[in-house]
Amino acid sequence: MIGPPIRAERLARGFGGVRVLTGVDLTVAAGEVVVLLGPNGAGKTTLLRILALLLAPTGGRLVLFGTDATRAPAALRRRIGYAGHEISCYPDLSGAENLAFYAQLFGVAEPAARIARLLAWAGLDGAGRRPVRTYSRGMSQRLALARALLHEPDLLLLDEPFSGLDPDAVERLQQQLLELRAAGHSIVLATHDVDRAAPVASRIAILHRGRIAWAGDGRADDAAVIVAAYRTIVAERA
Amino acid sequence: MRDALAILAKDLRIEWRTREGISSVFVLGVLLVVVLTMAHDPSPETAPTLAPGVLWAAFVLTGMLGVQRGFLLERENDCLAGLLGAPVDPAAIYAGKLAANVVLLAVMQAVVVPLVGLFLHVDLAARLPALLLVCLLGNVGFASLATLFGALAARVRAREVMLPLLLLPLLVPLLIGAVQATRAVLVGGLAGASGGLGVLVAFDVIFGVAGWLLFAYVVRD
Amino acid sequence: MRRVLPPLTGLAMLAALVLVFLLVPTEADMGIVQRIFYFHVSSAWVAFLGFFLVAGASAVYLWNGAPTADRLAYAGAEVGVVFCTLVLVTGPIWARPIWGVWWTWDPRLTMTVVLWAIYSSYLMLRAFGGGDAAIARYAAVLGIVGVLDIPLIVVSVRLLRGIHPAVITRTQGGTGLADPWMRAGLLVSALALILLAAWLVDLRVRGAQLEDEVAALRREMDARRGEVA
Repeated sequence: MIGPPIRAERLARGFGGVRVLTGVDLTVAAGEVVVLLGPNGAGKTTLLRILALLLAPTGGRLVLFGTDATRAPAALRRRIGYAGHEISCYPDLSGAENLAFYAQLFGVAEPAARIARLLAWAGLDGAGRRPVRTYSRGMSQRLALARALLHEPDLLLLDEPFSGLDPDAVERLQQQLLELRAAGHSIVLATHDVDRAAPVASRIAILHRGRIAWAGDGRADDAAVIVAAYRTIVAERA
Repeated sequence: MRDALAILAKDLRIEWRTREGISSVFVLGVLLVVVLTMAHDPSPETAPTLAPGVLWAAFVLTGMLGVQRGFLLERENDCLAGLLGAPVDPAAIYAGKLAANVVLLAVMQAVVVPLVGLFLHVDLAARLPALLLVCLLGNVGFASLATLFGALAARVRAREVMLPLLLLPLLVPLLIGAVQATRAVLVGGLAGASGGLGVLVAFDVIFGVAGWLLFAYVVRD
Repeated sequence: MRRVLPPLTGLAMLAALVLVFLLVPTEADMGIVQRIFYFHVSSAWVAFLGFFLVAGASAVYLWNGAPTADRLAYAGAEVGVVFCTLVLVTGPIWARPIWGVWWTWDPRLTMTVVLWAIYSSYLMLRAFGGGDAAIARYAAVLGIVGVLDIPLIVVSVRLLRGIHPAVITRTQGGTGLADPWMRAGLLVSALALILLAAWLVDLRVRGAQLEDEVAALRREMDARRGEVA
């Protein structure tokens, strides 16, 4: 299973006849951080859920790590970490227990050490034994990130990771994403928040009306053009 | 198999911590036994003949509440996405949730059955092993269908109405089989219960396998 | 096939009416009310065909996701429930003079009412479960589980006390259909109702297909309007 983490060709998806994605072409290379910009309702969450193998596309082709996504989904899932809108952690279990549960499902080796390290990295080592119900928004978000990283995925998919965070927490999360980028993880980050996402991006793409409307090639001046284009779209809609 | 056990252990741990499911099921079970008994206004002579019907009607109605709760657990914080994103066979999720439901329902039975014996003057102790068998078979059969439809109902609109609407008619054979088997067991032991037990065993096997095979279609998008 | 179904249904209906009301002799013990039996039993057969169509089409839909299979399953459930309702209406009309009560918890009555409830709940799920395409998948699961339940229902209701006449098999003291006109009456009635059901299913499938096409066109119009604006 070698090949670029993501190669999507003309991905389409409808819900009850409403077409949310109309033909997404997107390739993500190893070590890239692609920021997927789009106003609310552009289809970002749908696209991420398809990439996370939670949703089957109704059209097009998805190849992950050189393997057709409809084949060997279990093996591919081991290489993907997904943190969605919601944190996917049980509120009545502690942070450590949630991670331990998912570690079992993913077959993580030496789970105790891995969990301790992740909790420390996420700044949750003091709160690891408390029920998740008592966590603040920022703590929950960091736990969700830790959960997605638990099995050391090669590809990380993040849906609006900055939402509800205070400025300190945003800065901290940006720091952590840059660390992950440096460590060679591929990341797709979907957001409508240009200012917070741009600093961590190695490439920016705009999702508009169910398609990738503009995609940069990774150069800094190119990114500036795309950000400007995105602001125009948002202004038009408002 | 290992995944199913992990899910079972997780559900039991949450239940142990909150005791939400068991306490609501416990209170509703007791209430239903009381209400159903009062509605029949039995004389001391007729009371024992009502016991099987009251027992299983209370079980089915209470059980639906318990099973529905088990899936609301996975909806909160979209934990289901976490499960489905993991390299886990949906059939293993089904097995884990099924096992958790069977345990919850068994605890409920442990309260409701003695209560029925007490209220309706039935000597349960004399028939205990046979009665336990009937209870277990009825429990597993109910849980295998209810786990499948609990997952389904949790994902549609009007879900509070949908679960009983879909489940109750399908449960009729189980209800008839369990009531007949219980009645036979209370009168004379296992020998007379073969008809009811046969229906229960067939129900358990058919819907256990059907749930195992069909669960993926209910949870995957 | 589409062209010949309506006239064929009409002819078969006419033949059935002539047979049942003019040619078939009046049953000796039950009298004139027994004539309802030809439509009662035929409706029950058609209802069963409808329910098996639901299961078969549902299995195909889960297998390959073909919209036609889903529409067939839906139409099968609708037509099955309609004919099952007919069984439940014609039965008591017969039962009241013969048994002296409108309803009894006889095994076959119990089975019919349970099947009616199962497939009515199928229609409820489709009508009120939400418009998502996933509903078609959930309904298919229910369609398959429903048909698996039928043998269990058949066996379990035998544990109840029964008084229903076993007309064809004569196992429970029924009188049987001795007269050849009676048998012809039953067969032609059944044929007429099967043709009627097939016609209805075809109409419903085509109707559902047109609904989907209209919805698709409407969405396309909305999308174009959005692009112009």
